[in-house]
Amino acid sequence: MNGMLAWASLFSLLCIAVAMLLAALRLLKGPAAQDRVQGLDILYVCTMLMLLVLGVRTGSTAYFEAAVTIALLGFVSSVALAKFLLRGEVIE
Amino acid sequence: MTNGMTLPMWAEILASLLLVAGSLLTLIGCLGLWRFKNFYQRLHGPTLGATMGMLFIVLASTLVFSMADEGPAVYEVLIAVFLTMTAPATTLMLARAALYRHRRGRQDLPPGP
Repeated sequence: MNGMLAWASLFSLLCIAVAMLLAALRLLKGPAAQDRVQGLDILYVCTMLMLLVLGVRTGSTAYFEAAVTIALLGFVSSVALAKFLLRGEVIE
Repeated sequence: MTNGMTLPMWAEILASLLLVAGSLLTLIGCLGLWRFKNFYQRLHGPTLGATMGMLFIVLASTLVFSMADEGPAVYEVLIAVFLTMTAPATTLMLARAALYRHRRGRQDLPPGP
């Protein structure tokens, strides 16, 4: 593999890193609790995308298991936090 | 890059375009998350990255690993299907929680578009 895909994946990693930075700023700043939960939600989606791009860049399939795990746990944690905001408890 | 994959030229160009497009969509979505005024507008921005950005990057990964290894790579499609199913559910529950908290707090809802 020569230059083009390497440069494209580097650019892609930089873009996703800036996106993660913006999501983390929203997580830190967010005026209400739901803004912070949304920032966390987007942060895990961006982390999963970054792992996929790293898998393309290094040519290793070992990143996919980590991406699937992050997707599963992130969904469960976001739903649990949203339920907590809605009712005040996670399991009713 | 230290891997020994060799790709045909068209696959490399297509994968590069898909990677750049997907990451730019994700960046634009998170820019919306940072720049929009209230919570209900901010719900719309990042779905750009969670749907189309994710789809483009998954397509690029599928293309690269299908051309490099023998046989098609289907493991990324699992991620795409799962995230397509779960992202609207999360957004819907967050919107309902925010609406509930707005009403309970006796705050005025922001005006519509």
